[in-house]
Amino acid sequence: MSEVIWGLATSHVPSIGAAMDRGVTADPVWAPLFEGYAPAREWLADNTPDVAILVYNDHANGIDLDIVPTFAIGTAERYEVADEGFGRRPVPDVVGSPELSFHLLQNLMDDGFDLTVFQELDVDHGFTVPLSVWTPQPGDAWPCPVVPLLVNVIQYPQPTAARCYALGKALGRAIASFEGARTVGILGTGGMSHQLAGARAGFINPRFDAMFLDAIENDPEKLAALTREDFIREAGSEGIELIMWLVMRGAMNAQVRKVHSAYHVPASNTAAGLALFDNRTAQPA
Amino acid sequence: MTSRISPDLPGTYVFDGPTSRRGFRMNKLFMSLRSEAARTDFLADEPGYCARFGLTDDQTEAVLERDWQAMLDLGGSIFYIYKLAMMDGHSMQYLGGVFTGMSEADFKAAMLAGGRTDV
Repeated sequence: MSEVIWGLATSHVPSIGAAMDRGVTADPVWAPLFEGYAPAREWLADNTPDVAILVYNDHANGIDLDIVPTFAIGTAERYEVADEGFGRRPVPDVVGSPELSFHLLQNLMDDGFDLTVFQELDVDHGFTVPLSVWTPQPGDAWPCPVVPLLVNVIQYPQPTAARCYALGKALGRAIASFEGARTVGILGTGGMSHQLAGARAGFINPRFDAMFLDAIENDPEKLAALTREDFIREAGSEGIELIMWLVMRGAMNAQVRKVHSAYHVPASNTAAGLALFDNRTAQPA
Repeated sequence: MTSRISPDLPGTYVFDGPTSRRGFRMNKLFMSLRSEAARTDFLADEPGYCARFGLTDDQTEAVLERDWQAMLDLGGSIFYIYKLAMMDGHSMQYLGGVFTGMSEADFKAAMLAGGRTDV
């Protein structure tokens, strides 16, 4: 039996990783963002799980538009860090956990979620930046094996927020019945509000983001009821990535304890958010 | 269940199925530019490279002219278009400036000031 011990939601903006790789996190433009991460990182360093699951999307690096899987899972022993065009990030490759991947695949399939399977996958900034937010200095290896769970957020129609939340719930059940680990961390990535293209490029909606940060903790059902149109209108065309936070939240208990949250504008063209929740808390009767 | 088309929001590109069909060959070209060998080939003969990927005349012109707005209009995905921009040494803030009619510096300043909250 395994238990989700924490959930970490974080933006995955490539420049966050680049700022770390170039050692400019103390520069005035970046310092507030990284100062906001510090309490979460400290807590996470004391709460390393046996294995983690990272919910993310690829950005034209590991997969292209030939095949657009709505939900997919990696089943490899190892995931190489993608070269996105000008050399790979100087961070370790990701060690996977095929045993957990196959367990999740079968249980999610039995629960009605027909996942696409990646036997080979290069992971891009959507994956490695959240790992760096968690562990800024991994040395030779990330703190534990990590299983990638992919969500199509790039090509419309993306899965609904409700479906992502339901996938998270099924994921939580599947994790609970896994006997190969004791503790599991889960990461939901992307967002918060941002839009890269069109006359509305640069759009940021702090009011929506504040609502989302509060509701992801206290009222995820409200977020699961939002439509694609709601996300695109309120959070920008790329802000729809926030549906991936709902997969994380769905895998957690009804009641969670917020360890830390942070919000900073901008990371490049994006409102960067972080929310860390402890899942080991008393549940309402 | 009724099938809804993608939303029509002013100033916003929704990269939907028909758009992705339209831009499929062009996005493939952009994706290829991740490798240095491909970039060398591309830069040596841009029209030939576009022809090899089967781009339409409009798409070829947009690529050759670095008409970023036209690339969006012709089915480019911003994540794919960005590969070409990166090759040219441009940032996402530069592209943001192009799409909004601002200089890169003004777009950056708008982001640093909290983003464009009024659009």
